[in-house]
Amino acid sequence: MSTATVPPAAESGGLAPDPVVTPTRSAGTKKLPIILGVMTAFLAAIMLGSAHSGETTFQLSAETDFVTLPDITVPSMVTGWVMALVCAALAAEAVRRMLAHVRQPAWLPIAFAVAWMVGFLSWAAADDRIRLVSLLGGAVALAIPLVFGALGGVLGERAGVVNIAIEGQLLFGAFAAAITASLTGSPWPGLLAAMVAGALIALVLGLFAITYFVDQVIVGVVLNVLVIGLTNFLFRQVLTPNADTLNSPDRLRAVPIPVLGDIPLIGPILFRQTPLVYVLYAVVVLVTYALYRTRWGLRVRAVGEHPKAADTVGIKVNRTRYNTILLAGAIAGLGGAYFSLVSVAGFNREMTGGAGFIALAAVIFGKWDPIRATLAALLFGFASNLQGVLSAIGSNVPSQFMLMLPYLVTIFAVAGLVGRSRPPAADGIPYRKQ
Amino acid sequence: MRLVLRGITKRFGSVVANDSISLTVEPGEIHCLLGENGAGKSTLMNVLYGLYKADEGEIELDGEVQHFTGPGDAMAAGIGMVHQHFMLIPVFTVSENVMLGNESTGFGGTLDVDEARKRVLEISERFGFHVNPDALVEDLPVGVQQRVEIIKALSRDAELLVFDEPTAVLTPQETDELMEIMRQLKEAGKAIVFITHKLREVREVADRITVIRLGKVVGEAEPTATNAELASMMVGRPVELVVHKDEPTLGDDALVVKDLRVVDLAGNRQVDGLSFTIRAGEVLCVAGVQGNGQTELTEAILGLQDDVSGSISLDGVELVGRSTRQILDAGVGFIPEDRQVDGLVPGFTIAENLMLNRSFKSPFVKNGSLRIGALRAFADKTLKAYDVRARDIDTLAGNLSGGNQQKVVVARELSRDLRLLVAAQPTRGVDVGSIEFIHKQIVAARDGGIPVLVVSTELDEVVALADRIMVLYRGRIVGVVAADTPRETLGLMMTGERPQDLKDVVA
Amino acid sequence: MNTDAKPATEPVKEPDAPQDRDAEAKSRSLLRDITSGDALAGVLAVLLAVFVGSVMIAATDEAVRETASYITARPSDFVTALWESISGAYSAMFRGAVFNYNLTEPAQQWRPLTETLKFAGPLIAGGLGVGLAFRAGLFNIGGRGQMLMAGAAGGWVGYQLDLPMIIHLPLAILVGMAAGAIWGGIAGLLKARTGAHEVIVTIMLNYVAYYLLFYALSRQFLLQAPGSANPKSLPMKDTAILPKVLGDQFNLHLGFVLALVAVAVAWWLLNRSTLGYRIRAVGENPHAARASGIDVGRTYTVVMMIAGSLLGLAGINQVLGTVTSGISLDLDASIGFDAITVALLGRSRPLGILAAGMLFGALKAGGFTMQTSENISVDLVLVVQSLIVLFLAAPPLVRAIFRLPAQEAK
Repeated sequence: MSTATVPPAAESGGLAPDPVVTPTRSAGTKKLPIILGVMTAFLAAIMLGSAHSGETTFQLSAETDFVTLPDITVPSMVTGWVMALVCAALAAEAVRRMLAHVRQPAWLPIAFAVAWMVGFLSWAAADDRIRLVSLLGGAVALAIPLVFGALGGVLGERAGVVNIAIEGQLLFGAFAAAITASLTGSPWPGLLAAMVAGALIALVLGLFAITYFVDQVIVGVVLNVLVIGLTNFLFRQVLTPNADTLNSPDRLRAVPIPVLGDIPLIGPILFRQTPLVYVLYAVVVLVTYALYRTRWGLRVRAVGEHPKAADTVGIKVNRTRYNTILLAGAIAGLGGAYFSLVSVAGFNREMTGGAGFIALAAVIFGKWDPIRATLAALLFGFASNLQGVLSAIGSNVPSQFMLMLPYLVTIFAVAGLVGRSRPPAADGIPYRKQ
Repeated sequence: MRLVLRGITKRFGSVVANDSISLTVEPGEIHCLLGENGAGKSTLMNVLYGLYKADEGEIELDGEVQHFTGPGDAMAAGIGMVHQHFMLIPVFTVSENVMLGNESTGFGGTLDVDEARKRVLEISERFGFHVNPDALVEDLPVGVQQRVEIIKALSRDAELLVFDEPTAVLTPQETDELMEIMRQLKEAGKAIVFITHKLREVREVADRITVIRLGKVVGEAEPTATNAELASMMVGRPVELVVHKDEPTLGDDALVVKDLRVVDLAGNRQVDGLSFTIRAGEVLCVAGVQGNGQTELTEAILGLQDDVSGSISLDGVELVGRSTRQILDAGVGFIPEDRQVDGLVPGFTIAENLMLNRSFKSPFVKNGSLRIGALRAFADKTLKAYDVRARDIDTLAGNLSGGNQQKVVVARELSRDLRLLVAAQPTRGVDVGSIEFIHKQIVAARDGGIPVLVVSTELDEVVALADRIMVLYRGRIVGVVAADTPRETLGLMMTGERPQDLKDVVA
Repeated sequence: MNTDAKPATEPVKEPDAPQDRDAEAKSRSLLRDITSGDALAGVLAVLLAVFVGSVMIAATDEAVRETASYITARPSDFVTALWESISGAYSAMFRGAVFNYNLTEPAQQWRPLTETLKFAGPLIAGGLGVGLAFRAGLFNIGGRGQMLMAGAAGGWVGYQLDLPMIIHLPLAILVGMAAGAIWGGIAGLLKARTGAHEVIVTIMLNYVAYYLLFYALSRQFLLQAPGSANPKSLPMKDTAILPKVLGDQFNLHLGFVLALVAVAVAWWLLNRSTLGYRIRAVGENPHAARASGIDVGRTYTVVMMIAGSLLGLAGINQVLGTVTSGISLDLDASIGFDAITVALLGRSRPLGILAAGMLFGALKAGGFTMQTSENISVDLVLVVQSLIVLFLAAPPLVRAIFRLPAQEAK
């Protein structure tokens, strides 16, 4: 028994929502129309509140593109209002379907999101140009650590180990990548070191959470502090005095993929990125496939849902959990390399700045599913990049609120306001044999 | 396959759960392991299945000594287990559950689900199980889930099958079907260990009976033995199977329930239009297979269910719509069906547990602070009066035995002024000595003029305590009958069938 | 290190003579109480963490590394360097946290101790906030957000209003605590109403609070000081500043006294009040609490509000006491997270938290001296602090490292 007087949270199901209170059963059908309505009203309100004049240019391709698409220039306010009307129509359609008790199709929220975004951008970037390639491509780049972190989180939690220490894994990954890449003179060993570093944190997490049954949330929180302390300490004592040899790695450069990179719009966004992004694509596909289609994945999910049942059919529960979180840690650590090898060259104090918690948010918002979590991470990356783009063109949209978005969305998600999430049943509960 | 256990000893700390147990099971035989709750049957089977490691003794299969390091080894050796709490993953399909741990795979570890599906269908057909391999386990009825457990064992070519208290969750009809399946398996040459504490089932299917008490084998018995003989072997002394009680002294109608409906979170009607009355000084027992609305009924009375309609009135006061606290204050005593979950705070001392439902006002509370002296004096007195075997009142409730824990709950509820006692499974998982004590207390409460509602899935308990019996099936009343109604009739009613000539008994 | 500890603690052998058994059993149980009790594991956890810290100091010390390169030729150089680096660090810590023997004037010599208490104040208050929530089964990671909101609200009262001190200071404290209570209460309420897990909600609320404060501190019509481009507010008015309790030569302010009061109140609340009884009941077994008429959701909300107000007190402590030059984004000074380690080390008991807060306050005060005089990063304290908590949470691990007998299973 762990003797610390800490909550018996494990017993009540880790991060599982407490079933004490009944959620409103009918909320599911009402949610979409309400959200769409509120969003439409919000768009109309900001346009009423601050009318912009002039034209907005949407630039679809860079000048260097193999196939260049023409720019699209539209009158800002007119486009904004047209899109607001489109949004209103789509919201009305959602209401109609709700009243008629018809299922809401998937295209409806997607179409709404596109129309809303176009409307919002034409208003926000009046008399300016929006470079779609850099807006979306930048979003992909910013989402790299979030996706890696989220995938690591999903894997761990699917095996029943809550990982609050994604932040620590990213930070330690960034640290190890910077040093290794500096020492070897090549970023590639840095990537490998980042994976090892992330797995190392996972190993400590496992030692305490799996072997010694310490509350997983506590270990995660403390590990984050430990990694911050350790990297700060070493940064000041070792890295700063020896910056030339230990903290000046080569950056990973963008490598366009032939043919794919020349596809208009999509090519520059998805296929003219750093190799880390291509690794990311592969990891997303592999993790998803492995989790749902292989023996390994079946066992991982079994261990996270009902470890005792897995044990009774001869699956080594704790070994499976160890293996899974080590892999998860390596994946998260790889995401850390983004900070010190892609974003900038070199390590700096606490340079991950809470990205690990956004990744955690993506895990939950993505309902513990690798694809959904990836999409959530991309969404959060987009919000972050949009904020950067808008403040770069001097828009008066308060950037703080856009940066707040991932966290707010997650609170809404866990409160069941936007899609109820059900974590793996044994998430956060240590497995004891007797 | 022939199983021989020799001198198996298993200790947990200072407790000896299995004390040098020896046992032989022949192929083509159903061997019953009979014993009270806590006698050590499940521990023994967990040792056999490799979940626990025996401190002493050896396991021999077909003459070869086995050294299991885990369930995987036991399964590979041909042992299959149908657990009391099903070892199935609710969000997996039947096929996925059956293949888990024994997966056939294709290229790169890819699952071969078709192969598993075929295997499920094949076994299902051979024994007439009617199981859909693609259904999610959480959507299946309990009886079918149990068949999935059996398929799981058979798909691994188990030659020895262990059934651990398999009938606890089944209707009498499903129980009969299970017995039939067990006979079928026996015919197919499998060796079967059947663990139970229900005497009737033992006598129905067993070829041989081994009785275990306090971790030791106390003897073998023939299936022809009488209930009383088996019971006294199980308990170690002659057992009074009946509770002595006088004719009830009935008062006025006290609890009047009208058209009660309870809807659960998933939107199912768990209690569907119940109307009944309990008079002061009367015990009404609710009989039925677990999961037919009993839990929801008791929780609705206590204000623990969210979606309740209809009326529950106690001495003319309406309880529906009131908070649990108000209902408790109105004089409702509640012995919940699972003391570990709803009855006790394991990390609290006995004394602290005794004030759990009186944390708002006197006698243990004054101006928002605790009256520790008053609580301790009360606890000292109660500990003795209710025969709770503990070092002192500062013992943590979690460190007590099941029987003593239940006595603490009973003491807490009966030591205040009650106008109604609701007792759900009051003796589940409790030793026989405590059962007798608790039954006496319940009868004493009734003789004190309190209306009592007892919910029990054990027919013996129902018959022993009841002045009248109400049988529930799928949230509805099948009938309300006299306490001396034949068991066969009650058993039939528990499957939802109402005998044609049945007349409801009104108190 | 492990092998050194071994001989002294060999388990006593089972005696052969039966007549000696009773006496033997008694002495053995006493021995067990000492060796197997939490106290020993706690001390060893601290020792272990300090040992790791020492390794880090030595490994990053120039002189040690230099002498290590010719260790086979002159091992004494290496040992001397090792000793100097480690003893230098820890004596600097002692000078910074307890007593500075390099000075002559008694008041100046003891000044470090008052610094320790100054740092301990918010750690204790925050630790109580986290610990109290623990007792209700809730993990309050939202200390940072609660401190930021409290600091912003209380700080606004502190610089904006013109009131006599007797009203101004209490008002600023109360407003701050109320803001913390609201921010904490959101997590409690969401948990009660929707089942949203408080760990996730409080983590996310930390960032929401941060960006809200960031927004307010970059808008002149909100908190930003007029004419300033920095995210910082005006300094506190004198009437709202926590007075120094030992005169102006010491930085120790009333915040520490308030923290002591909070300890007393929390102790009474948990151990003597019915609300505390219900909080503990809900924490130990919410199902049984609910079946016994206790409103679990309300208890969650109330306890998170109390927790938030205690972290609010920590935030107020910073804004009105330690850094009175204005509200800033780093006003929490990572106390929100330190408070978690304080609560864990103090095992969620008020008196334990008091002791743990003092220890970590000393580490902080000493850490700064260590950084300035020995050039060892103060971040070492973070490492030692988190290692203490980790080791403390896993006594079996510590026992295994020191090869002590395992505690008997219950």
